[in-house]
Amino acid sequence: MEAASLPAALELAAGGGEGLSPEKRAALGASLLLLQRDYRFERLWFWGCIQGVRGAYYIAEGLGPDRAAPRSRLYSLNGVEWSLLPPVTKEMVAQAEQLKGRFQGDPSFEYEYTEINAEDAERLLEDGNEPVIKEEARLVATVDQIDRAVGIVPRGAFVKTPLGSVHENRSFEGLSLMEAKKLSSYFHFTEPVNLKTKTLLEKADLDPSTDFLDSLEHDIPQGSWTVQLEKGGTVVVLRSLLWLGLTFYHVPMTKQYGYVYFGTGEKNFDLPFML
Amino acid sequence: ERGHGPYQPHEPGYGLYQPGFSPYDDQIPEPESRMLSIQNAKAYLLKSSTTSGLNLYDHLANMLTKILDEQPTNAVDIIENISKDVKWAQFQKKMDTLRDEHEILPTFEAAEKRKSLFVKANGEGDEELEEEIGETALPNVMETAFYFEQAGIGLSKDESYHIFLALKKLVSAQPIQTCRFWGKILGLEMNYIIAEVQYHEGEEEEEETEEEEVTEEGGKELGEVEDEEEEKEKDDKPPESTYKPPPVIPREENGTGANKYVYFVCNEPGKPWVKLPSVTPAQIVCARQIKKFFTGRLDAPVVSFPPFPGNEANYLRAQIARISAGTQISPTGLYQFTEEEEDEEEEGGGGRDTYEENPDFQPLSVAEMVGSLSTWVHHTQSILKQGRCVWLNPFQKSEEEEEEEEEEEEKAEEPDALQQEIGPPLLTPLSEDEAIHNIPAWTAQSSTDLIPQYAVAILRSNRWPGAYAFASGRKFDNIYFGWGHKYSPENHTPALPPPVQAEYPSGPEITEMRDPTLEEELAFKAAREAALSADEEEEEEEGDEDDEEEEEDD
Repeated sequence: MEAASLPAALELAAGGGEGLSPEKRAALGASLLLLQRDYRFERLWFWGCIQGVRGAYYIAEGLGPDRAAPRSRLYSLNGVEWSLLPPVTKEMVAQAEQLKGRFQGDPSFEYEYTEINAEDAERLLEDGNEPVIKEEARLVATVDQIDRAVGIVPRGAFVKTPLGSVHENRSFEGLSLMEAKKLSSYFHFTEPVNLKTKTLLEKADLDPSTDFLDSLEHDIPQGSWTVQLEKGGTVVVLRSLLWLGLTFYHVPMTKQYGYVYFGTGEKNFDLPFML
Repeated sequence: ERGHGPYQPHEPGYGLYQPGFSPYDDQIPEPESRMLSIQNAKAYLLKSSTTSGLNLYDHLANMLTKILDEQPTNAVDIIENISKDVKWAQFQKKMDTLRDEHEILPTFEAAEKRKSLFVKANGEGDEELEEEIGETALPNVMETAFYFEQAGIGLSKDESYHIFLALKKLVSAQPIQTCRFWGKILGLEMNYIIAEVQYHEGEEEEEETEEEEVTEEGGKELGEVEDEEEEKEKDDKPPESTYKPPPVIPREENGTGANKYVYFVCNEPGKPWVKLPSVTPAQIVCARQIKKFFTGRLDAPVVSFPPFPGNEANYLRAQIARISAGTQISPTGLYQFTEEEEDEEEEGGGGRDTYEENPDFQPLSVAEMVGSLSTWVHHTQSILKQGRCVWLNPFQKSEEEEEEEEEEEEKAEEPDALQQEIGPPLLTPLSEDEAIHNIPAWTAQSSTDLIPQYAVAILRSNRWPGAYAFASGRKFDNIYFGWGHKYSPENHTPALPPPVQAEYPSGPEITEMRDPTLEEELAFKAAREAALSADEEEEEEEGDEDDEEEEEDD
């Protein structure tokens, strides 16, 4: 969610019971502004909070002129001091996927591999690295995974310029109530995967300036999103069932939308059994 | 005769004669031909266009009407625009005398429901008002919400207030002694808001006995179908099944154990409250083995393996029971056991299940509450593996089962030796809770490090993510916001189907064996004859009996 609209957005996304205390809210209001000044971000998004066993991580993302470029991610333990996370690499993601269990709450905590292939161990030992992974790396890999898998925006909120860069659409007035209830009106805000496999007939209906991302319709497994109207039908809230804790809200016919994650940072592998 | 009508462009004379200067102007045409020419002109003007269906006559009439109505300045200069506007207006809806009907959005209905929460019920006299201000069962939801908000937990203020009003409606509708906002469980289509309630003593409604039949375990006997066959062939009865389903463990009485509280749910504040049925041990045992999302509709079936005995309302109730048993905590010392003369036996659950507030409770500081888990205790009984809080031997035939259990130690009639299950007694401190892998069962935090004087101690459960508790001085409360499932570091593995049961005991008389081949038979016969002759040599007296055995040539 936009850092500027944090208080109002938190009220709208609080249906799941998790939010921020007044102290954190006040602290974030000030520290996020300073963050924007220091790093010269064009946009700063408050991504959410991952609960560890001993502490919590507050995550923020900064965006540059091209909103679809890789984002800078920062974390904080208290909402006041922020540190930049290293950019995510494929190895980090692969290593983090092997880890299970909760986050500890200490960024320098080192996980030890319990089960690794013999090949991987040999390869790692050759490189001189020990088979440990720091919680910081796990954190950035998890945030990236969540963004890739379930970070969503409404259709029409972003436009792609002919030069390839992505901007907010200033004429976006919000989805109508009928559109807001459909999954096809929301896009994953990451590189599209399904778009290229669409037939020419389907592509003919698309508008290349706004329909350049994957929609939620074809997510696997089907039914991994819940769409609900809250507050008496004035707010549309989408919750992901794959990453429990990700909440997306949108007020139809207005420009307010955003997503935030409040959870433990673990993927819900039991989803197919639970549906 | 054809009069001199308007000249067509292709006719000679077109455009030559200006009005007023035509060579025939001084001639006044005869009235009849004039009429005819007028009629022809009008007929021509009334001809409808082939492309648009309009005709010039009507168009000119409309245009002139519009001009005369509106009286624009310099009408001649804008005549083309006026013509275009008139044509365009053709395609617009004519103004009804009624206004446009506004779209009735479903949001309006929801707003009506919520508004009804704010309307005070009619007929409240002054007496009732005084009663309300005094002791009321209604909990102060906003106060609890304030404390939880210090930790970042809770719903938006609007929603909390709506829930507050909805609880007020519930309390005034039912004879309720204590009421508490238990929490919110999220679902796929709709969410559940849950209230934990205790009725006044003696005011409970009787449970329907039909529920118990529905929730019996699904073990069907194989021998039921054979009743008809028995009548036909009494001699040749198929073997009866020796299967006996495991005995159904009866549910606990209302007001005790897992059924201590009654729960009401609604989907949204403003919708009517629905009472959840009591929970049976079979439902709890099954709920432990499955993991399903709630849909939000109480009558939805729960499709799972092992098959859940009941629908979503039962599953919801079972999960609520499990969560309550595992995560309802309070500061140590706030509750104490009632001082009664009881046996001091620690075995069995028949003893301490009641507690009361301790008037001499001294609240500990927040630092102490957060520092160690032994400053908190569970104040709900934990549920045993059997599915009840108080262990019950299902093979016991006598009525006062609990007391006899404590006295007898051996039971002669049990076909299976059931071990008595013992759970942790009431009011055990949290430090005794098992850790999950290497994560403690609870995470304790103070709500703020900056202002320790007014901090609140917050506990989050790691076993049931979504269960929270706070304590500040004498005030404390528990709440649940979540999806209603337990945390397990491993993935959920559904139960495998049971192995195929043996149809019949296998023995030598029904075991199939290969028929002996010819060589084997001949060899066998030769061997026997050899033995036979050996016998004859030994016992020459008994030769008759052996003759009978030689008839086995096949």
